[in-house]
Amino acid sequence: MKRLPTGGRLIDRTTTFDMIFNSRRITAHPGDTVAAALMANGERMVGRSFKYHRPRGIVASGAEEPNALMNMGEGEWLEPNQRSTVTPVVKGQSFESQNHWPSLEFDVGVINAKLSRFFPAGFYYKTFMRPRWAWKHLFEPVIRQSAGLGKAPDQPDPDSYEQFYAYTDVLIVGGGIAGLHAALEAGRAGAKVLLLEQNPNLGGRALVDVVDIDGKPSPDWIAATIAALEDMPNVTIRTATMAAGVFDHGYVTAQEQVATYTQGSDAPRHRLWRIRATRIITATGAIERPLTFAGNDIPGVMLAAAVRDYAELYATAPGERTIIVTNNDDAYRTALTLHSAGIAVPVVLDARPEATGTLPEQARAAGIRIETNAAIAKVHGKRKVTSVDICDHTGAGDVRETIPCDSVAMSGGWSPVVHLWSHCGGKLNWDEANAMFAPDPKRPPTGDDGEGFVIPAGSATGDLHATQALANAAEAGRQAAIEAGFTPSVGAAPLATAPTEYPMLPVWMMPINAPYKLRSKAFLDFQNDVKASDVALAAREGFTSVEHTKRYTTLGMATDQGKLSNINGLAILAESLNTPIPQVGTTTFRPPYTPISLAAIAGDARGPLFKPTRKTAMDAWHDANGADWEPVADWRRPYTYVRDGETKRDAVHREILNTRNHVGMLDASTLGKILVKGPDAGKFLDLIYTNMMSSLAVGKCRYGLMCSENGFLFDDGVVARLSEDSFLCHTTSGGSDRVHAWMEEWLQTEWWDLQVYTANLTEQYAQIAVVGPDARNVLESMGGMNVSREALPFMTFAEGELAGIPARAYRISFSGELSYEIAVPASRGQEFWDAALAAGAAHSIMPYGTEALHVMRAEKGFIMIGDETDGTVTPLDLNLGWAVSKKKEDFIGKRALEREFFHRTDRKQLVGLMPENPDDVLPDGAHAVEPGTNIYGQKNMIGHVTSTYYSPTLKHGIAMALIKGGAQRLGETLSFPLEGGKVIKAKIVDPVFYDKEGARQNV
Amino acid sequence: MSDVTRITDQGMITLRADFTSLKGITVPETRKIRDGIAWMSPDELLVLVPKSDVSAKLAELEKALNGHYLLADVSDARAVFSLTGDWAREVLAKGAPVDLSPDAFKPGDLRRTRIGQVAAAIWMVDDRTFHIVCFTSVADYLEEWLRHASRSAAKLTYF
Repeated sequence: MKRLPTGGRLIDRTTTFDMIFNSRRITAHPGDTVAAALMANGERMVGRSFKYHRPRGIVASGAEEPNALMNMGEGEWLEPNQRSTVTPVVKGQSFESQNHWPSLEFDVGVINAKLSRFFPAGFYYKTFMRPRWAWKHLFEPVIRQSAGLGKAPDQPDPDSYEQFYAYTDVLIVGGGIAGLHAALEAGRAGAKVLLLEQNPNLGGRALVDVVDIDGKPSPDWIAATIAALEDMPNVTIRTATMAAGVFDHGYVTAQEQVATYTQGSDAPRHRLWRIRATRIITATGAIERPLTFAGNDIPGVMLAAAVRDYAELYATAPGERTIIVTNNDDAYRTALTLHSAGIAVPVVLDARPEATGTLPEQARAAGIRIETNAAIAKVHGKRKVTSVDICDHTGAGDVRETIPCDSVAMSGGWSPVVHLWSHCGGKLNWDEANAMFAPDPKRPPTGDDGEGFVIPAGSATGDLHATQALANAAEAGRQAAIEAGFTPSVGAAPLATAPTEYPMLPVWMMPINAPYKLRSKAFLDFQNDVKASDVALAAREGFTSVEHTKRYTTLGMATDQGKLSNINGLAILAESLNTPIPQVGTTTFRPPYTPISLAAIAGDARGPLFKPTRKTAMDAWHDANGADWEPVADWRRPYTYVRDGETKRDAVHREILNTRNHVGMLDASTLGKILVKGPDAGKFLDLIYTNMMSSLAVGKCRYGLMCSENGFLFDDGVVARLSEDSFLCHTTSGGSDRVHAWMEEWLQTEWWDLQVYTANLTEQYAQIAVVGPDARNVLESMGGMNVSREALPFMTFAEGELAGIPARAYRISFSGELSYEIAVPASRGQEFWDAALAAGAAHSIMPYGTEALHVMRAEKGFIMIGDETDGTVTPLDLNLGWAVSKKKEDFIGKRALEREFFHRTDRKQLVGLMPENPDDVLPDGAHAVEPGTNIYGQKNMIGHVTSTYYSPTLKHGIAMALIKGGAQRLGETLSFPLEGGKVIKAKIVDPVFYDKEGARQNV
Repeated sequence: MSDVTRITDQGMITLRADFTSLKGITVPETRKIRDGIAWMSPDELLVLVPKSDVSAKLAELEKALNGHYLLADVSDARAVFSLTGDWAREVLAKGAPVDLSPDAFKPGDLRRTRIGQVAAAIWMVDDRTFHIVCFTSVADYLEEWLRHASRSAAKLTYF
């Protein structure tokens, strides 16, 4: 088949270019879809089916296409499962059909079809149960190889993606005549209108099925309406944008194809729209249903409306002799279109007892043969249709006549597209006359005010006739405007005039009494190879719920989500169960309407924007000076500064020993710093911390613990009292936001009577720890404030200047050394850092990273939130009972900590561990075991390692662990079995490994 | 095109207080910025002055205020960006769940929101210029985000 002499509304026939299909050149016109170009080049087979690998051809002309899915592009541009019926052709683009090996024409998997009686519905639940090992090693790998749609790309996606937030009064989904006119009504009323159309062009079915609107042919009316909408500043139209889902509160997601088809563009490939609309109009149209007869999946059997779409829009057709089979008047449009385009229509097979409507009469007048009470018994052909057996529809398939043809156009009636209406709870009614589910306007999805927020319009309401569809669209547009607070103009809605159509006849199986032999070749779900016989089998086996049948047979579970198969399938189920269709009901309509890309959902969060990295004021210096980065919450912090020739371990040990022997510097800026101010600040902190803070003197520091209501330790840090009514609370690096939110929550919801304000000042300051025996010398040589033992004793702070920079110096220590933490304005952090390095040069000062910090704190037995705590650990478990006030009337966690369970002596308690072999370092998380087994027959595990390091100071492995009854076990030796049979034995010791008396910091 | 510039000389002071008790300060309406004072929450303002004037402004406020309040210099804790251009609204709408249409968001309007994955406050200085405040630690991320979203290939005209 080449191009028809006439038609081709969407293509530019003056220009041609090539695209590639399965390594063959295909000539296309601009405006073609890939499917249209394939059809115009005579390509019949466009893929194979999922299960039986049957040859498949194009069925539809839109988003409902189940078969013509393609791998688009190659290498990094490969994108599988592109529906070629909605994919525009691009010069040079390559496409490959799917589900076959080694080639489309010769496919090994076709053996599945020969064995189809062994692969009925649910076969994998029955066949692959035993032996058990075989699933993993035999069945699953083989099934994976032979099943599964397109290829997964094996290279990273080079494209970018983005999202866009839009807010509108009225969102209209669908750019057919109903959507366009609803937009006009709402727009004229002054509402902000956003209209989305999934296809690149507007107009919908009325571009093909031309009706008269106010005296104009519908394409002219469409053009005029688009022009009118484009003149309205409050109306926005986005084509190639598919509304994917409707969610609570008028939230709608939509995917726009931006640079989907242009490789190498710097524009985003997809754009995910995240829309909030006061009212949503679903002018989503209707989808034609296939008829269920034997051989309805052979390439060349298509939906009737799709056949005339290809003829009118792209000037092509699936064949030169097309038989029409229908249960309604609408399909006669296809007969008329093909007839006038010069394509032979040997017969129209109408299942109804008579066909006397306007359209059938027009066909008759044109000389087209019409057979009533007629049906297809069977389509002949393998890779293409060769002939059709005709029978009585009311019979069992006895062949009346065999008519040669090369294509079949079928119509089983229409189903309104109710997906978006249904996503958020809109209910459906069964329309007996048209045999379809349609929105029940009395039961819309409702918003927070209890009012419906989705309004169906056009044929999506179930009013399939243009006259009613346009009238209800006008009504929908006005209603949406009113409900969004606008006043629509009064005036007559445009009048669409179209031929009257006589009632359709519900046809679920063709012929009605088709035997198994025919039913087992009559497909319901083309993509997932579900036949009428499979649904009947499921019903016989007890899958009486439509949701169970769906999962058992995979009906409607393919990428097309049952757009063609759902109603036919549930009608067959209803028939098998002898139950009315509305009682069987539909499966749940879930977003997205058609698949959207995961990349669009991720949006710009990839590459450098994958996740924000928090950086301190000295970040650039660290990066330039060998920092080996470690993520600490969202921050990046230097783990260690590696010098030439060093391993990371060497670097960490050097930093520790230098700090212990001379002086080190740490960027501690990430510590949380929360200002708490007010007359009740002390009272508030007494409630927040387990220990007493109100008694802290101005100028002094105190280490504090915070528990949850359940008594579990969740953050710790040093509190400094800045003035009578203000405290600065230091938190862990990862805890600042959480602790600040925690404080605000208590203040705002429980203790709103306390006069307290908080402010998170974490990032206002760069905080630099100067640590080691020479720390004081370094600060003194920087010049400024008095940092002497007398002026600035341990656990105090002072304000002044160092090296000319305003500074607050805290005498606090997390290493056990003489230590100062200096807070300076963050913008002067680097200046201070440089000054300290210069002043410390004479004392061999070196920066140290988080690992040295960790080892030094562990040597001193200081706990780390997140290592020694895991949300189930109390201060008592960590020997921190001294920091839990017994005097205070209340604090968060007090009541919980009084529970008997928390005082049991066999709780897991913090201990220190020294491996017997000094060079052994226990793995983090290693479990200690005792002889015997527990009630499950497992080894008796009595606890686990929480922190573990090699201490270069002690030249010995050290660890901290939570061990059952640990407090009473001092001196015991525990066994830690590791992988490969090795066992490390370690002795329980005091967790303070180094300088127990604290002499080093008290200088 | 939209231009992204980091403003480095912006001083910022957080003031938390009961607005009804504030004397001598005109509190802007909810979600507005006026005369260098930004509404941040029902009991929080952000006072904007040149960075060199922060100390003086703090002293002035300390003198003017009485009773229960909190004042803090947050100039170094926050980074400020200017985004200017004909489609600045579209650029921000790629990352901020805010109605940025001209009738809903005008010069003087302010929102505390998020942009991409970070918290931010945004306000309009004039018809084509936004100022954006984020935490200093994520300034690199936000700058990269703004440049990425405003690249010419990703131009989108909506408003």
